[in-house]
Amino acid sequence: MPSNDNMPEMSLYQPVQVEDAISLAGTLAERGWLVGGGQDTYGWIKDRAKRPEALIDLNGIESMRGISETADGIEIGALVTLTELANNALVKERYSLLSSAAGRVASPQIRNIGTLGGNVAQDVRCWYYRRGLNCYRAGGNLCYADTPEGQNREHALFGASRCVAVSPSDTAPALVALEAQMVIRNASGERVVAAEDFFIGPDVDIRHTTVLRAGDVLTAVRIPAKWANAEFYFEKVADRNVWDFALVSISAAMKVTNGTIEESRMVAGAVECTPRRLTSVEQAIQGRARNQETADAVASLASQGAKPLNYNHFKMPLMDNLVKRALTV
Amino acid sequence: MTYMHIGKNFTPPDVEAKVTGAARYTEDFRRDGMVFARLLTSPLPSGRVVSIDASEALAMEGVLGVFTADDLPPSLPPANPALAKDFITYIGQPILAVAAESDLIAENAIEKIKIVFERRPFVTDPLDTLLEGGPDPYPTGNTLIRNAAAGAAAAGTTASGTDVGRIKWSLDQVTAFRNGREPVGATFGEEWAYGDVAAEFAQCKTIVEEPFVTIGYPHHSLEPRSGMAFWENGKCYFHGSLQSHTVGHAQLSAMLEIDPANLVFINENTGGGFGSKIFPYPIMAVTGKFARKLNRPLQMRITREEEFYIGSARSGMQGWLKVGLKDDGKVGAVDVIIINDAGSGGGGSAGSSAEHISLMYQPTAMRFRGVALYTNTTPRGAQRGPGQNEMASVLAPIMDKAAREGGFDRLAMRRANAPRPDAKFGPRQGGLSSSYMPEAIEKAAAMFRWDERVAQPKVTANNKVRGIGLGMGFHSAGANGYDGLLRIATDGKIYLHTGVGNLGTYSYAGVLRAAAEALQCSWENCVVVHGNSDLNLPHSTYQGGSNTMFTETRSSHVAALDAIRKLKEIAAADLGGAADDYSVGGERVFLTSDQAKGLTFAEAAQKAIDLGGEYSGQVYPEDINATTKRSVEAMKGTGLIGVAKDTLPKQGTAPGFAIAFVEIEMDLDTGKYDITDYTAVAECGTVVHPQGLSQAMNGGGVWGIGMAGYERHVYDPQNGLPANVGLYQSKPPTYLDVPAQMLTAGMDMPDPQSPVGARGIGEPAQGCGAAALMSAISDALDGHLFNRTPVTPDMIVNHVAQNGFNTGELKTNTF
Repeated sequence: MPSNDNMPEMSLYQPVQVEDAISLAGTLAERGWLVGGGQDTYGWIKDRAKRPEALIDLNGIESMRGISETADGIEIGALVTLTELANNALVKERYSLLSSAAGRVASPQIRNIGTLGGNVAQDVRCWYYRRGLNCYRAGGNLCYADTPEGQNREHALFGASRCVAVSPSDTAPALVALEAQMVIRNASGERVVAAEDFFIGPDVDIRHTTVLRAGDVLTAVRIPAKWANAEFYFEKVADRNVWDFALVSISAAMKVTNGTIEESRMVAGAVECTPRRLTSVEQAIQGRARNQETADAVASLASQGAKPLNYNHFKMPLMDNLVKRALTV
Repeated sequence: MTYMHIGKNFTPPDVEAKVTGAARYTEDFRRDGMVFARLLTSPLPSGRVVSIDASEALAMEGVLGVFTADDLPPSLPPANPALAKDFITYIGQPILAVAAESDLIAENAIEKIKIVFERRPFVTDPLDTLLEGGPDPYPTGNTLIRNAAAGAAAAGTTASGTDVGRIKWSLDQVTAFRNGREPVGATFGEEWAYGDVAAEFAQCKTIVEEPFVTIGYPHHSLEPRSGMAFWENGKCYFHGSLQSHTVGHAQLSAMLEIDPANLVFINENTGGGFGSKIFPYPIMAVTGKFARKLNRPLQMRITREEEFYIGSARSGMQGWLKVGLKDDGKVGAVDVIIINDAGSGGGGSAGSSAEHISLMYQPTAMRFRGVALYTNTTPRGAQRGPGQNEMASVLAPIMDKAAREGGFDRLAMRRANAPRPDAKFGPRQGGLSSSYMPEAIEKAAAMFRWDERVAQPKVTANNKVRGIGLGMGFHSAGANGYDGLLRIATDGKIYLHTGVGNLGTYSYAGVLRAAAEALQCSWENCVVVHGNSDLNLPHSTYQGGSNTMFTETRSSHVAALDAIRKLKEIAAADLGGAADDYSVGGERVFLTSDQAKGLTFAEAAQKAIDLGGEYSGQVYPEDINATTKRSVEAMKGTGLIGVAKDTLPKQGTAPGFAIAFVEIEMDLDTGKYDITDYTAVAECGTVVHPQGLSQAMNGGGVWGIGMAGYERHVYDPQNGLPANVGLYQSKPPTYLDVPAQMLTAGMDMPDPQSPVGARGIGEPAQGCGAAALMSAISDALDGHLFNRTPVTPDMIVNHVAQNGFNTGELKTNTF
C-alpha cells in the first residue's frame, strides 16, 4: 500500500478569464480538475485516489472574486475565501448566518485559503471513501460504513441510498437556509440553480454531491434580499472547536414579527448527504413565538424519521437540541 | 538554598533557531548525490509476502534499487521488523523501500511493484483474540512470552529474546469480563500481590467494583521518522531523529552492524518523540543499510500517514477494578485486572498502571493480574507516562465514586491516602527518594480554592452544569550511573558536553546548569556541546521516563566536581599550598585566603595540557562508559577535562508527582464543555528552570486533555483498517479546546538524592491533567462513570438523552 504525498506530474492551466476556464473545463471534461483553494483537491491528488490529467487553476480569475451588492441582495464570487466571507461587513450586517458559518469552517489557515466555491463543492468526508476503498460512491458495489461493525459515528441519519456519507460543508446549510442561488457556467451558457437543488443525494447520483458536472464552473453565489437582516441562528457542534467537521450543525433563518415566527428556514448539516431542510419544524413553528415553549413542542420533529447506524444515534438528540437552541437563544 | 543558576530562567542556546525556523531537522539535510527512498507498506492487517516483482519499477528511469527484508538480518515474531515478509501484522507495515533520483520517481516506482500476498486471520480487539477459538494476530498466538535464556526484548526493536505464545479464556470468562465482572479462573501473563487482599476487603466499609477501557492512540511526532545516511571512509554519517543521543548511538551501531566508533550520529533537534524515539527504531536500519547498499547518500522520508503506522502508539487497556475504603477513608484493598492492547508488537504497561494505584492510593493490600495481547493494529510503545497516565485517567472518577459512597470529600480521600516520604509501593514494596506529595495536594487545593468551589451551585445556566475534578500523576523520574563530561579550554570557556537528546524541552541544556552551578561560573561563558557524536559526547541517560533532570544533574555535577578537584590541584602545584586551600568561582581557581592569588580557567587549562595525564584526558576513570572513553580519547590534550561516572548514592524510586484541579462548564445539549480553570502543581524537587517547568506542566496538561476527551485509535474490525491516520482525524486538542490560561506551580522542595535537589516531571504533568478532567466530567454528570477514555461529546449527549446507546461493553479501538 503506497502512502503518497507528492503531487504527481500533470498539466496545469492558469486562465485569467472565466471564459477561458469554461473552455478548458469543457475541453478537458473528466480529465480536468478545477482548483480554487485546493483544500479538497490536493489530498485527493497526492493520495492518487483521483487522477486528473490537468489542473485548471481558477485563482487568476478576478471576476470570480469579491462580494457585491445587487438589485436583489448580494453576489459572492466563488473564489471568495472563507475568511473574507466571515469578515465581510455587508455579509455580517445582513446575512450573519453565512458569516458565522464561514467563520466556523475548519481552521483559520484553511479559511484563509479555502473558498466558498470549494466549501460547497467539496466531496464527502466518509473515511472509507477517502481511504480509496472501492465503495459504491467510488464505483464499487458495497458500503463499508453501513454495516453492523462499520465505524460510522459521523455518518448519515437520513437519506441513505447505498451511501451513508454526509454533507461536510458548514456553509451549505446556511446557503440553503438563505435560499441562495448558485451561478453555474459552462460552454452552453449560464444556469442558476437554487442551493436546495444544487446539493444532491446518492439516490440521485451516487458519484456526485452537487449538480456540477464536467465542464461546469461554479462562478458565484447569490443571496436574495428576502432573508436580509432576518433573525438567524448558526451552531456547529464538532469534537474540536477548530479544525474539525461538524457532528451536526444547524442553520436557521427566521422572520419574526411581534414575537411571532412568520416564516423560517431550518437546515441541518452533517446528518444527510445534502443539507437537510427541517420542513416539519418550519411548518410547526410558523405562527408561534420564538421561545422555550415552542422549542419544547417542536424540537423532536427535527430527528423524526432518522435511521441511525450503530454509532451515530447521538445525532438525533443533538439535532433536536440544536433546533431547541435555535428557537430560544 | 541560594543558587547562582538553579531555579533561574535562562535562554537555552537553540531557542532563537527554533523561533526563527533556522533550526534544522533530519529532512533539512542534503548531500551531494543524495537519493530518495520511499516505503511500500502492507495493505493487509495480517498475512505474508509470497512474492515481489519489482522488475517494472527497477526498469524505470531514475530508479536505483529496491530494499527488502531479505537485505536485513532475519527477524522473528514478536520483534518489530524493519521490513516485513513472513509475518505481516498490521496495515501500513513497511514491506520494502524503493530508492530513486527523486522523491516523486520513488513514489511512482512503488506503484509499479507487484506483490502477491497470502492473507491470514486478523483481530483488532484483544478480547476477541482472548476468546477460545478467536483469531490470533500471529500464526503462533496472541501474547508475548519471555524466552528466559535469551533475556527480554526491548519494545519496538528487533531484539530477540521473546516468543509469541497463546493465552485464551473461555466464553464465560470473556463474557463476564466484557460485562464488568471478575473472570473467575482466568489465566494471566503477569500477576503480583502484597498483603492479605481478602482480609483487607473484609474490613472495608465501601467497596466499588468497575470495569474500564482506555483506548490507545498514536504518538504523532510532528517530525516523522525520516532519516538521512551516507557512508564515507568506512564511517556511517546518520542524520536521525531520536529523543536520546548517546544511548541511541550504541544501539544504532548494532542495528547497522558496525563498530560504534564508525557511526557519526547527528541529531541537534528532535521534533517530538513522546517516548517513541527513546531508542533507535527499526526503520533506521533500512535508511543506513540501503545507503550502504547503493553507496549513495540516501534520505528515507517517512510521510505523515506512515508515521501513524510506524510511529508507535500508546497501549490501550480493558480492565476491572475493585477498591475498598475503610472507615477512615484510607484505601484498604485493591484488586485489578488489566488486559493491554499491545498492538502488533511492543507490549503493554499494565504493571506500571497497577503501580500507579499502589503508590498514589497506598492500599494496605493489593493484587494485580494482567496480560498483554497482540492485535493487528500498529505497534505500541512507551508514550508519556505509559501505564500510569491512562490508569490515572480512568481511576480518578472511580475513586471519586468510592469517596462519595464512603461519605468522604474527594480531596480529603486523596489527602488521607497521599504517598508520604516513607511510602512503599508495588510488588517489591520499594520506597521513594523523597515525597512532598501531601504538601503538593494542599498547595494545589489552596490555589484552586477547592473548598469554596465544592460549595458553589452546580447549574450555571440553562442546560449547563459545572463539574470540578482532581487528578494525580506519577512517574518514576530518575536514574543514575551515567557519565558527565566537560572541558575547560584555553579560551577560558567551559564546554559542557552532553549526550542527552534535544526534544525541545530544553532539559538537555538545563541539566548542564548543575555543572555551571558547581563551578560557580557564568552561564554566558559556558558552551553547550551536543547533538553530534563527532563532538565527543559522554554516555548520557536515555531521554525518557521523566528521568533526565534527576539523572543528568547528577552526572553534570560529578563532572564538575572532577574538574574542580583538578583545578585546585593544578593551582596548588603552581602557586603552592594544598588543593583544599583553593576555591573556584568567576572562571578562576584562587587561594581562598587571598583571592588575588590564582589562575584563570584559561591559564589552568593550559597548565592541564602541559601536565597531561588525567588533567587533560590522557588518563581517565576506568568506570566510565566506552562511549565516554572514546570521547575523552578524542579530546585529550585540548584542555582540562572533567569526567566522571555518577556513583552518588541512590536509594528507592525518585518520583515525579503532579496534581491537577479542573473546573468545567458542560453543555448538556451538545456534550461539549469549556475548561474554565486548570490548576496544577508539580512535585519534582527543586525547580531548575521555572519557564521549562511551566511549559512542561502546560504541555502535559494539554495532552492530558487530549487523552481524556479526544484521542483514540479507531479500527474497522471488518478489515483491520484504521479510520484516523491523519492529524485532523486523530483530533489532538487545539488551541481553542484548552484553557487560554493554565495555572501551574512547582513545590520547589529538594530531593536529598540530587545534588541540586531536582527530579523530573514530564510524564505526571499529563496524567494529572487527564485524571482531573475525567473527574470533572463525571462530577458534572452527578458522578456518572463512563469508565472509558476518551469521553467524547456523543457519549455525553447519549448519556443525557438516556437513549441507551453508549458503549456498554469493554470494546476498544472503536468509537
